[in-house]
Amino acid sequence: MKIVVCISKAPDTTSKIAFKDNNTQFDEAGIQFIINPYDEWYALVRALELKEANGGNVTVLNVGGAENDPIIRKALAIGADDAVRIDAPTNDALFVAKQIAAYLKSNPADLVLFGKETIDYNGSQVGGMLSALLDLPYVSLASKLELNGTTAMLEREIEGGIELLEISLPFVVSAAKGMAEARIPNMRGIMAARTKPLNIVPAFEASNATEIKSFTLPPAKTGCKYVDADNVDELVNLLRNEAKAI
Amino acid sequence: MSVLIYTDTSNGTFTKNAFEAANYGALVAKSEGTLATAIVIGEAEDVSVLGSYGITKALHFNEASLTNFDPQKVAQIIIEAAKKISATTIVLAHDYSGKAVAPILAAKLDAGLVTGAVALPEGNTVKKTVFSGKAFATIEIKTSTKIITVLPNAVEKQTFSETVSTEAFSCEIPSTRLTVKEVKKASNELSLTEADIVVSAGRGLKGPENWGMIEELAKELGAATACSRPVADVGWRPHHEHVGQTGLAIRPNLYIAIGISGAIQHLAGVNGSKVIVVINTDAEAPFFKAADYGIVGDAFEVVPKLIQAVKKLKA
Repeated sequence: MKIVVCISKAPDTTSKIAFKDNNTQFDEAGIQFIINPYDEWYALVRALELKEANGGNVTVLNVGGAENDPIIRKALAIGADDAVRIDAPTNDALFVAKQIAAYLKSNPADLVLFGKETIDYNGSQVGGMLSALLDLPYVSLASKLELNGTTAMLEREIEGGIELLEISLPFVVSAAKGMAEARIPNMRGIMAARTKPLNIVPAFEASNATEIKSFTLPPAKTGCKYVDADNVDELVNLLRNEAKAI
Repeated sequence: MSVLIYTDTSNGTFTKNAFEAANYGALVAKSEGTLATAIVIGEAEDVSVLGSYGITKALHFNEASLTNFDPQKVAQIIIEAAKKISATTIVLAHDYSGKAVAPILAAKLDAGLVTGAVALPEGNTVKKTVFSGKAFATIEIKTSTKIITVLPNAVEKQTFSETVSTEAFSCEIPSTRLTVKEVKKASNELSLTEADIVVSAGRGLKGPENWGMIEELAKELGAATACSRPVADVGWRPHHEHVGQTGLAIRPNLYIAIGISGAIQHLAGVNGSKVIVVINTDAEAPFFKAADYGIVGDAFEVVPKLIQAVKKLKA
């Protein structure tokens, strides 16, 4: 069984966000980059668990430049067998989905996993787009994924509940919290990662459907109004009459 | 040129997010001097209610060939409906259904997609949240067809009084390999992402046995309950209640945080809330910097008083 896990690079969750060039570019100065948590904690780890139980091969796939290689090596250290980096810019989700689709058309996978969204652009787009480009079914926001032969059982979040699904391979799935527990790479994994194959693939022809024009930061709060702990009625009064929130 | 809105239903009634998407789509249509059409899929109690959100026409697909939500099938129905009315803008809610369907639409129609819009489009650009609520980006859609998913609570509702003409709609839908085995409805009636008020608690509560007062306060306020990540990680509360950067991002009118220090990752998931109240014993808790109202005090003393005060107000 061939499993592909698509990983994205994202700024560490503790990052302070700032912009440069007249608020048109994300300021990467001092930013620590990590594997997007949903891709790493849930998609990658679940893929490794499925491989350990059923056999097969786990490939991590990333779209981006050579600056992404450290996070790809980390995914290899966690346990992926090999990696592919498509050497293309990542300014638009549809462009990225087309890169991955072009690669997977000639290198088909039985199962393609994504994290449910990246924590930088919060798109939740590329997985669904890829499924449509490859005409594969898409299971979004799955919190459980079990495999029995070539049939998968999944749980996915829907409005006001959870849906239990059954589907045969191949398909595309986006992973949400609950699918697996994060793994920390051990020294053996880190050593092994150095020599695992990382294949660089040139970009495929495609155009961007969207373009980021500018960034803004949310307006700062004007200041907290404190209410005495013994005067809770006053808080309720403020919420009713000033904030009109209750 | 026209606007198509996917108005999702849950148990045959339109969701709050569907109404907000309808309203957003209607405002887009109004600014473009065109009409807003809804695509309704499956059982729906009363399509005419969409008129007060600005919908003038509804295409209703209600056939036995579609019993459960299947993103591939729903996407195909929306694509056929969009063709029928020559839609140039397609609007969906940024909820579970919208997140599943919108990317498929974008790929099939080769159209630019902006997810999580927080404002009406200005020309070809749409503003959305990025960095999990820490910032906004204004994004240009370069294609002639535009697809937008709208964050809950993003745009002020405008009241319309349109009469909805409903038309049965039918099209071929693809057969897929996906089978829905069972749907488990969440026990709490109120969905966290749709709630106007959210009461949330963290490690300051000391143990899962102390959540009774949180639930009681939520009940009195008609609120949903939420929690911080450490609390979900140790199993005091279910994972689906975790709000924050790696949990749910929510945008209620009122967010009450009790015993949560306000780590940057937690703030990212809740700073879209209109009003934030923080109750914490630690006056130095970073959450107070993001709060509108604060009480420095012990949750075990403040919350019971707050429940009484709310009861008194409602009485």
